[in-house]
Amino acid sequence: MLEIKNLHVKLEEEDKQILKGVDLSVEAGKVHAIMGPNGSGKSTLSYVLSGRDGYEVTEGSAMLEGQDLLDLEPEERAAAGLFLAFQYPVEIPGVGNMTFLRTAVNAQRKARGEEEMNATDFLKLVRARAKELKIDAEMLKRPVNVGFSGGEKKRNEVLQMAMLEPKMCILDETDSGLDVDAMKLVADGVNALRSEGRGFLVITHYQRLLDHIKPDVVHIMSDGRIIKSGGPELALEVEHNGYADILNEVV
Amino acid sequence: MALAERRITATEARLEGFDLVKTGWSASARADALQRLREMGLPDRRDEYWKFTRPDTLVQVETPKASVFDNDEQPVFDAHDRLRIVFADGVFDPDASDDLSLEGVSIERLEDIADKDIHWAKDLYGVLEKRGQSPVPRPFAALNTAFATDGLMIHVTGKPSKPISLIYTHGKEDSDAILHHVIRVEAEAEATILENGPAAARFNKCMEVDIADTGKLHLVRAQGRDHERRAVTHLFARLGEESVFKAFTLTVNGVLTRNEAVIELNGDDAIAHIAGACVGDGDFHHDDTVFITHDAVNCESRQVFKKVLRNGATGVFQGKILVKEGAQKTDGYQISQSLLLDGDSQFLAKPELEIYADDVACSHGSTSGAIDEGALFYLRSRGVPEKAATNLLTLAFLAEAVQEIEDEALAEDLIERLENWLARRS
Repeated sequence: MLEIKNLHVKLEEEDKQILKGVDLSVEAGKVHAIMGPNGSGKSTLSYVLSGRDGYEVTEGSAMLEGQDLLDLEPEERAAAGLFLAFQYPVEIPGVGNMTFLRTAVNAQRKARGEEEMNATDFLKLVRARAKELKIDAEMLKRPVNVGFSGGEKKRNEVLQMAMLEPKMCILDETDSGLDVDAMKLVADGVNALRSEGRGFLVITHYQRLLDHIKPDVVHIMSDGRIIKSGGPELALEVEHNGYADILNEVV
Repeated sequence: MALAERRITATEARLEGFDLVKTGWSASARADALQRLREMGLPDRRDEYWKFTRPDTLVQVETPKASVFDNDEQPVFDAHDRLRIVFADGVFDPDASDDLSLEGVSIERLEDIADKDIHWAKDLYGVLEKRGQSPVPRPFAALNTAFATDGLMIHVTGKPSKPISLIYTHGKEDSDAILHHVIRVEAEAEATILENGPAAARFNKCMEVDIADTGKLHLVRAQGRDHERRAVTHLFARLGEESVFKAFTLTVNGVLTRNEAVIELNGDDAIAHIAGACVGDGDFHHDDTVFITHDAVNCESRQVFKKVLRNGATGVFQGKILVKEGAQKTDGYQISQSLLLDGDSQFLAKPELEIYADDVACSHGSTSGAIDEGALFYLRSRGVPEKAATNLLTLAFLAEAVQEIEDEALAEDLIERLENWLARRS
């Protein structure tokens, strides 16, 4: 599904190398988790994959089902099936959440040569999906993320994911700023979307999210590289001993 | 001396082509206005009040040409049930207009009543304009009062079942039109006035609005289409107790538009909202100049102006709230914002507050900015192409002003115009 090879990335503005050769392969139907200390390059990886400005790829490649992601505009990556759940979802005053969702869904359909969804079908679908995430009708009417609590923002991210039905989902520290109940709600939403054809890359600092979204593979990232990969037990090891042991072991 | 002389010469040159109406009820008001105009003179570039907008082409004798733009876009408000009154290049067109009778309102043409000695409009024609000449002179309004060739005297006594729609069509590339409307809204009465169309190559329009206690008036205006057109418009409004006046203007295109609004809140608990949204490209120049006077207790005023500028377009906002002594519990709000879609465009703003009462809440803000990159990326990451995302954010920026329109169907209609404008330029 997602094939990242020897990816080197630096900040455009300053000559600072952030990713120093990331190799990662996420198969369809699998959940991969990336853990790592602050500044290890986890969020940079998610931004580079989704096409945010300000980063320069100096070496390597990132393919989604054989398509070179790095050649595509952000909207083309989305249409190709990539979805990034933001660590800090953006507030957009003046744009209603419903308008936002419908515009996004129909833009992707159009880009894929599919027919746009009519208003009635769309409304039905969004209401059903929103209900599963305990998002009330009021939240759908409000401007995108404006005045939303931390939990509401993250649930809104999952709602977008559910509506857009991407092939590859990247969750960037989706657990940050959430209390236990909110995290469970978000995790349930994500788990409901797990399917054979869909890959997940879950970026997190903490093991606790992985109690709810059970990963198949766990990677440890440090200083712009993936330094260790293993099963779910690797996350537990981090939880108990911190990153220090693993970092020392590798060095 | 040289400066004053130049101004007098320019003013007299402009006046040469006009004949003053010397008979009928409006004659004295016209003569007064001419005298006023001669005293103040037409503005030039050195005028502080015209610092951001060059008045030259409004002053010059020869009308600058404006070609007539033609596309198959359905004119704004066409889908709404309304009383249509058409002015072609500033001249009333009876064939294109509906019958002027409508329950709850009396509508008369200035020209039809010109010879009468007595008319209700005599108490207002040029009167509100004259009040609005202080503390800042507005010479084009005086010119208008003196030499208006047509206009409507609208007396609202009830609640007309549909909006009164003034349609200004433009067919001659050198038309120079002066229209003067007077509107009186009686107690408990309520009406909606619509205005749209490019009007003329050069258009000078003055509207005097007097709202009695508890009266309500809604004004929704769309200035658009012909890009080379020039317009200077004045709105003078006086509000009685518990009266409501809400005005919204959408402007698309136009090399020169100066919209002045002078509002007096004279009765307690009155509400005045004045809002505008404009989108302009290239040599577009748009100026909103607003002066709101609070002279009664517990009144509310809102000014909401939003401008989208690109390819070197210019936006101007001069807005003032004057709170007179004793106008306690005043709630005054003023916001002027521009969205600059490139580095060549500019927004010039002069927000002012002058307050002589001690128990008031007044706020004003003025900002200029580009599209929010974070929001743009968020939309794109969800699959919305860059241009569509930019357009969506542009409409979102204008939303606060457009929301001032109470009638949702009218608002939808104007939003559609904005969408079309944006789509044409994507």
